[in-house]
Amino acid sequence: MSTEHDMTSFAFTPENLETAKKIIAKYPAGRQQSAVMPLLDLAQRQVGWTSLAVIEYIAEMLEMAPIRVQEVVTFYTMYNQQPVGQYHVQVCTNICCLLRGSDGVGETARETLGVQWGETTADGKFTLVEVECLGACVNAPMMQINDDYYEDLTPESTKAVLEALKRGETPAPGPQGGRQFSAPEGGPTTLLGDLTFGPEKA
Amino acid sequence: MPKLTIDGTEIEVEAGVTILQAAETIGIEIPRFCYHERLAVAGNCRMCLVEVEKMPKPVASCAMPVGEGMVVHTNNANVRKARQGVMEFLLINHPLDCPICDQGGECDLQDQAMTYGGDRSRYQEEKRAVEDKDYGPLIQTWMTRCIQCTRCIRFISEIAGTPVLGGLGRSEHLEIGRYVGAAVSSELSGNLIDLCPVGALTNKPASYTYRAWELKKTESVDAMDALGSAIRVDTRGNEVVRILPRVNDDINEEWLSDRSRFAIDGLKRQRLDRAYVRKDGKLAATSWSDAFAAIAGKVKGVAGSKIAAIAGDQTDVETMQALKDLLIALGSGNMDCRQDGAKLALGNRAGYLFNSTIAGIEEADALLIIGSNPRVEAPVLNARIRKRWLKGGFKAAVIGPKTDLTFQHDWLGDQASILAAIVAGTHPFAEVLKNANKPAIILGQGALAREDGAAILALAGKLAEASGVIKDGWNGFNVLHTAASRVGGLDVGFVPQAGGKDTAGIIAGAASGDISVVFLAGADEVDMKGFGNAFVVYLGTHGDAGAHRADVVLPTAAYTEKSATYVNTEGRVQRTRLAIFPPGEAKEDWKVIRALSDALDKPLAFDTVKQLRERMIASNSVFAGEGVVKAAAWTGVGTEGALSDTPLASAIDNFYMVDPISRASKTMAECTAEFGGGCGCNSKKKTGTHG
Repeated sequence: MSTEHDMTSFAFTPENLETAKKIIAKYPAGRQQSAVMPLLDLAQRQVGWTSLAVIEYIAEMLEMAPIRVQEVVTFYTMYNQQPVGQYHVQVCTNICCLLRGSDGVGETARETLGVQWGETTADGKFTLVEVECLGACVNAPMMQINDDYYEDLTPESTKAVLEALKRGETPAPGPQGGRQFSAPEGGPTTLLGDLTFGPEKA
Repeated sequence: MPKLTIDGTEIEVEAGVTILQAAETIGIEIPRFCYHERLAVAGNCRMCLVEVEKMPKPVASCAMPVGEGMVVHTNNANVRKARQGVMEFLLINHPLDCPICDQGGECDLQDQAMTYGGDRSRYQEEKRAVEDKDYGPLIQTWMTRCIQCTRCIRFISEIAGTPVLGGLGRSEHLEIGRYVGAAVSSELSGNLIDLCPVGALTNKPASYTYRAWELKKTESVDAMDALGSAIRVDTRGNEVVRILPRVNDDINEEWLSDRSRFAIDGLKRQRLDRAYVRKDGKLAATSWSDAFAAIAGKVKGVAGSKIAAIAGDQTDVETMQALKDLLIALGSGNMDCRQDGAKLALGNRAGYLFNSTIAGIEEADALLIIGSNPRVEAPVLNARIRKRWLKGGFKAAVIGPKTDLTFQHDWLGDQASILAAIVAGTHPFAEVLKNANKPAIILGQGALAREDGAAILALAGKLAEASGVIKDGWNGFNVLHTAASRVGGLDVGFVPQAGGKDTAGIIAGAASGDISVVFLAGADEVDMKGFGNAFVVYLGTHGDAGAHRADVVLPTAAYTEKSATYVNTEGRVQRTRLAIFPPGEAKEDWKVIRALSDALDKPLAFDTVKQLRERMIASNSVFAGEGVVKAAAWTGVGTEGALSDTPLASAIDNFYMVDPISRASKTMAECTAEFGGGCGCNSKKKTGTHG
């Protein structure tokens, strides 16, 4: 993970270069520019963010103008235009999460990490940002840490997840309240009891 | 061919045409911001909405191809309502600074808001503001005014071929910007100002100096390069405020190079506004009669063979005809219009013209460029070649400077011997030319203005004859000139007469004392140190190299200050128009020569410009046809000889400073400082091959 603002050069690792070639090969010859988004993602996974060095490297690899790559990077919010910490904590504050208590989640996260929205902890481990809907409303409130969703959060479970990460553990992703995925809270409510139907039901 | 009905009129148009274009053919103009006929369709401003029956919503007519049986309404209540909605959205974030905006009065948004805008805003929230960008010394940005039509992005990517602009961010945060560190240094960047439908990109040098409606507009022809682009000179009082391109599909479409557009402040600086005579080593201002007396005193009694004349790069045909007549009357044949010493084919008109014509280059399918960098020598032509390349099926190669020409090409090297190899058929590109339907060659002045120029010309001619570059119905042998005056000079025969000396001979003669009087008609690019003790008379507009060396300086008019004939590189005879008067006591060049002929007791046989032009037509019939290109018959060119191993280079080092006008221009000096001679691709020092 690079946290340098002035990344001067970038190159794929040999493994990533192989992956990149496979991605480019998915598109017809002469249409290699279509690979720009997966390659940016690959680069972001390698160094944590899409710096100008990354943009120029990919532009050259795909034979396109750097400005065209920059347009893509600035369009999608999931490409980080600034360096982020080892754990990129994205707390949803949209309507469903808000109604289910995301204010408390956000406040706990800020207290636990000791940073404000958009800031990175001094040790470079955590970057905390507020994001728009991540599409997990059924398990609201939620936050995304790197590729994992942590759902059904309360201030307590938020703190537990973050503290575990601080200790270097990997807390189990998914609903933190004990329910299975997005099954009803408190256990299943359908297909229970009398299953007879229609004429059978005398 | 689909038939459709637009506003009750049934028309039949070609398949693939858009509704907007179809409407234009019957004179219905649909409002638009993002659509431009020479750029790709973007369809993002939504101003061109029309109603098509049986379609559920209004459609963007610029992006909708016509279909059989469509019934289109371009101006019913629904359409007007939809456009009013679009306009309201556009105006939400547009500042109300029309009274101080340079675009005011010629603004598409302003004009269309008169029809579709509301008289008050319903928008209560805060307006968005966008930080201005640095687009260099030519373009002033006011990004808050931007309506994001993306015309600038498309122009710089498609036409100019230097993709540095883009739309960064998203939705409300979308801003047009340039890539970090990349300069907007295209030689065609001024066209962004014309394309911008609002006042987001405006003319920086002319910022806040004019209002569009107070300018007098004069249609004229450009003389800053050899293309002769169609221009409109906008003036106020006796001052050129700006120069804009006019549409001329044969030459410049609707583009103009930055030097032609922005060097105009050079018309006001360093101007010669009265006659000067050198006294005790210093030029002293004097009257016309004293200046003529000084010349007469020197010339009378001098043998004709000791008198010579050199014409410069912006000298018009009238001047050269008059000066030629005067020299012949004085008994001299020493004259040359090729101050760079280019070994151009004399007498063989097809041997020095851009025969395929500029528009004709779009038909070529293979192109060999020799000793030229069209991007700096003729940016508008370069954009044409790029346009041809974008269509596909086009192979280009360059023998000469290795640069980014904005179109794909093979760089074969910079040695003249490569050309010899192609002629001999041992180089692979020989096959490409042979197999092409309409192959073309562009021969630059960089290849001709050198010792072995005649040998290179001969090789190019041989190649042209052998590879089908010249055949029935197609002549792709193209000489690209850099000077507006050159073809006119050759056509009028301002070249060494029988027994006369050429430029090199004149300079050598002046140094050795064989030549004692030299007339320089706007010639500033010759080696002034070479004139030794000769008496130099300079006719020109600027205090440039020529005036500094001269013993007598006669002030004349620049191309915006006279009606003068120029012949462009294709051989097209065109006329400039007087937009403003020459400064001070300066006079039109031919009148100066006519008056001087009286002072020398050799009065010339014309008194009016009409008589002079009749004289020109009598000496060469091409001058009778204005604005047309007459195909010239091909005869052999050049003389074979040994090739030098000096690398072939472009004739122009610094795109922004080529002639006295652009050298006097502050704007061009700023561009040179910022961009370093244009595109950063040709910044090397002068080589020995420069004239």
